Order: sequence, then structure tokens, then C-alpha cells
Amino acid sequence: MSEREYASVLGMGQILPGPNVGNAAVMIGRGYHGLAGALVATCGLYLGPLLILIVLSVLYDAYGDLPRVAPFMQGVAAAAAGMVLGTAVKMAFNLRAPAQLVAVGLLAVAGAAWLQLPMLLIVAVLAPLGIWISLRDARKAAL
Amino acid sequence: MILLGQILIAFATLSLLAIGGANAVLPEMHRLLVDVHHWMDDATFSQLFALAQAAPGPNILAASVMGWHIAGPAGMMVATLGMLVPAACLAWIMAGLTIRLRGNTWMKPAQFGLVPVAVGLIAASGLIMAQASGTSWLSFAIIAASTIFVWRTKYSPLWV
Repeated sequence: MSEREYASVLGMGQILPGPNVGNAAVMIGRGYHGLAGALVATCGLYLGPLLILIVLSVLYDAYGDLPRVAPFMQGVAAAAAGMVLGTAVKMAFNLRAPAQLVAVGLLAVAGAAWLQLPMLLIVAVLAPLGIWISLRDARKAAL
Repeated sequence: MILLGQILIAFATLSLLAIGGANAVLPEMHRLLVDVHHWMDDATFSQLFALAQAAPGPNILAASVMGWHIAGPAGMMVATLGMLVPAACLAWIMAGLTIRLRGNTWMKPAQFGLVPVAVGLIAASGLIMAQASGTSWLSFAIIAASTIFVWRTKYSPLWV
């Protein structure tokens, strides 16, 4: 898939309720191989982590109260935060969107991280805006 | 048995509300599990969610961890299915529509219009996570290092 195609699927996955990457897996899987594709993609996405989580849950039940565990979890959470940020920045730079769409993206960041608006509101306002801008640009280019 | 049914319904509801992923539905998950059903207390909820976030894989699997805590392996299975299936069905339908409209000239620009929201929300998610976990200079260093690693290098983020 190209960067754009992936970002589009991910965007759709976010708009729809449910886990973003989960939805993306279903859509990508279906695109390549119908029902089997969707099932395989989704299982592939979740099974590994689920197995790991089962192990972690058992460990948590047994050892979760130990004082040493908390700082370790903090460190892992910090690394995870960095991963998510890094992914967003990477995608932003690779996509080369026009300035107006970048502005929409920044609005989304401000709305969610700074103003802490409900997700539904952000999506309801910015998704149509983004689509409108993009379609308008495409129509201009087609003329 | 009734408990499992309740867990299933609770997470199926959350599945359909989770526009923007697990992080978006976190307040509602908290309300349902802690306030409404009293299945766990505040502290446990936070710890379990952090566990799911720290572990590899989509955060939505926090549902699985919660399910395990409430009702063991059966609880985990039921919570996971509840969380994943309804949303997956919607995504399935959407995919069908997208595939059918593939030839349409306006599909690509329309889909591209969703991209800024997607990337913006991912960035916001990262910022919120960074804020929650950035408790010391060391954790900020870890956040920065991991951000740059994923951004600048082509290595899989798994290495982080």
C-alpha cells in the first residue's frame, strides 16, 4: 500500500467506532481477500498481543503489588507514548498534505490533546471539513 | 453466566461508542466498570489500563485485561469478543462500500480528507500518553528517544 492509501484506511478506521487498527485490519484484509482476509488480518493483529496479555494478567495477579513493578511500568508507558508520537510525526511528514489539511490536522491535535473535546465532536466537525477541502482541491485540479 | 452476559453487553456497547479508539472510550469504560457495575475500584482500573497500554498491541485490548480481572479466562474471552466484533462488523460494511466505489474518481480525495483527522488524533493520543507518563526527566528522555527512533529510522517500532 502507499503511504496515502494506508493513511486513508486508518482515517476511516478512526472515524468508525471501535479500535482504529482493528478496523483498519478488517478493511485491508477484506480488500485483499474478502472474509478470509479480514479474519486472518484481525486475528494476526490481536492474537500475539492477547497471548502476551494473558501472561501479563497472570503475573499481575501474582506480583502486581510489588513496589518495583510500578516504575518499570512507568518506563514502558513512556516508551509507548514516544512510539505513538513518533508514528504520528512520521506519517505527518511522509504524507505531504497541502497546508489547509495540515491545519485541519493541527486542529485535531489541539481539540483532543489541549482542549480535551469529546472525540465525537472533533470527528463530526473535522472529518467533513477535511473531506470538503480535499474534494475541492481535487475538483480544482481536474479543471 | 449472568455476569458473562453483562460483561459482553458492557463491552459491546463500548465497542460502538469507541470512535477514535480505546483511548476515546476510556471515560465511559471507567464509568461502566467502576461506577455502574462496581466490578473493580479506581486504582485497579488505572493499573489494568496502564498494563494494557504498556503491553504491545492495540490499547483496545484493555478490555481483555479487564475481562480477565472480572471473571478469569471466560471473562477475558467475552470482553474481547464484545469489544471487537460489533466495530469489526461496521468496518466490514464500510470496506464493502469502499471496494465497490473503488473506481470512482472522487473516492481517493474524499478518503484523503480523513487523513489529517486521523494523524491529528494519533498525535493527540501520543501527547496525552506522554503527559500521563512523563513524570521524571528520565521518562521524558525515554519519550523523546522513542519518538525520534520511530520517526527517523526505518526500523520496526517493536525495537522500542
